[in-house]
Amino acid sequence: MFRNVAELVQLAESQQIKIAEVMIQQEMEVTGRSRDEIFAQMEKNLQVMEQAVEKGLAGVSSHSGLTGGDAVLLQAYIRQGRFLSGETILDAVSKAVATNEVNAAMGTICATPTAGSAGVVPGTLFAVKEKLHPTREQMIEFLFTAGAFGFVVANNASISGAAGGCQAEVGSAAGMAAAALVEMAGGTPSQAAEAMAIALKNMLGLVCDPVAGLVEVPCVKRNAMGAANAMVAADMALAGIKSRIPCDEVIEAMYRIGEAMPTALKETAQGGLAATPTGRALAAKIFGVSANSRG
Amino acid sequence: MKYKSVFDIIGPIMIGPSSSHTAGAARIGRVARSLFGRKPKWAHISLYGSFAQTYKGHGTDVAIVGGLLDFDTFDERIPFSMEIAKQEGIDVMFYEEDAVPNHPNTARIRIGDEKGELELVGISIGGGKIEITELNGFELRLSGHHPALLIVHNDRYGTIASVANVLAKYAINIGHMEVSRKEKGKEALMTIEVDQAIDQSIIDELTALPHIIQVTKIVD
Repeated sequence: MFRNVAELVQLAESQQIKIAEVMIQQEMEVTGRSRDEIFAQMEKNLQVMEQAVEKGLAGVSSHSGLTGGDAVLLQAYIRQGRFLSGETILDAVSKAVATNEVNAAMGTICATPTAGSAGVVPGTLFAVKEKLHPTREQMIEFLFTAGAFGFVVANNASISGAAGGCQAEVGSAAGMAAAALVEMAGGTPSQAAEAMAIALKNMLGLVCDPVAGLVEVPCVKRNAMGAANAMVAADMALAGIKSRIPCDEVIEAMYRIGEAMPTALKETAQGGLAATPTGRALAAKIFGVSANSRG
Repeated sequence: MKYKSVFDIIGPIMIGPSSSHTAGAARIGRVARSLFGRKPKWAHISLYGSFAQTYKGHGTDVAIVGGLLDFDTFDERIPFSMEIAKQEGIDVMFYEEDAVPNHPNTARIRIGDEKGELELVGISIGGGKIEITELNGFELRLSGHHPALLIVHNDRYGTIASVANVLAKYAINIGHMEVSRKEKGKEALMTIEVDQAIDQSIIDELTALPHIIQVTKIVD
């Protein structure tokens, strides 16, 4: 069983197999289930992700009314063709937003690695689908690759906002997506690890400060930027750029930062954006004045 | 290693908005329901830490009640579980606790009816994964790293051996096991961590053994 990214990359490169394949083989070994069963379960996850993106792009609204409809706005803007950044990156952003808008509306999603960060991996996957035209099998492999890197983060640091802040959720998701994008685009396992390191480095320190405790503000837009970050990090790694700090040490740093982070900034809705005048006013409006009395 | 499977990372399929505060909470509620073995008449739910601060926003309350109604994480009835509980005659009370828990996402659930009560403490550790740390006053020292069985049984000779025999028959290895009881000859609890996945058919076979009251799988 691989314990860190260095071992994961070494397992893939020594056998000249994909990271996705290392993850599949480990899953077979640990659970005793067949490749077909494991593949079928991941395909089900892919279907849920696809349905969530479609639902979000058609337009949803959360119960609180704080989020919804931004994925639709962005798709309309892309169609006008006057965007500044790029079509694929904005497509990834809108599909990440779509997923998290569905999540906020208590729709059905696939946690990747968590619900609050569920948009980043599918957002990037369904955007590059339009560019790289992967087979269904390659799309499922993308999720195993993302899962392999998330597995390392979960076991060596954290994927919980309450334990490690948003860096542990959207940060982990951005790293996972960046690595999987590299592998789908034909990069090496080492390049996938560099992409993860670059993406995660740029999410370090990100706090979890949801307004009114709802997984809406700023979570939906953090997924947007997580997707954009992953796309850029993947391109940087594919260009041959390396992270000066190895991926495993970035993960270790993320863990330590999470430990040092005050409780008010770890999913308690007491600090950061949740504690701004507007954040508090929104909370009061949604739950009544007593809702934030503890803060 | 806390996380063993890729599906702990990519998954679960769930109703939003939070894997720890919604899906994990539903799973804690569902373990309580499963251990109780029937629909409770009442539920007293205490929330601690981040659960206490943000449960309204995350739907932690509706998720736990959904779990008590035996809904899985992806059950589309979860958003309506409060109304459904009311219709089914379950009296639900929530308490926001100030005490600082060991884990930020902690819930203590007491459920019961005229025939009995059950109390457990569950924590949601991220990505929808949960651990049960206390059951009916018994502290559980489960690592949470392996599939585990909680078996409520009558304190009679041969019961432990019969359970171990069934597991041996299916080549399931026991990694850690504890037996506790409150009084000689009364109800007892076996806590068994195993190395392999446990199918429903094995649970059914264990449940059918003499002196077994309830068998619950607590980690997938």
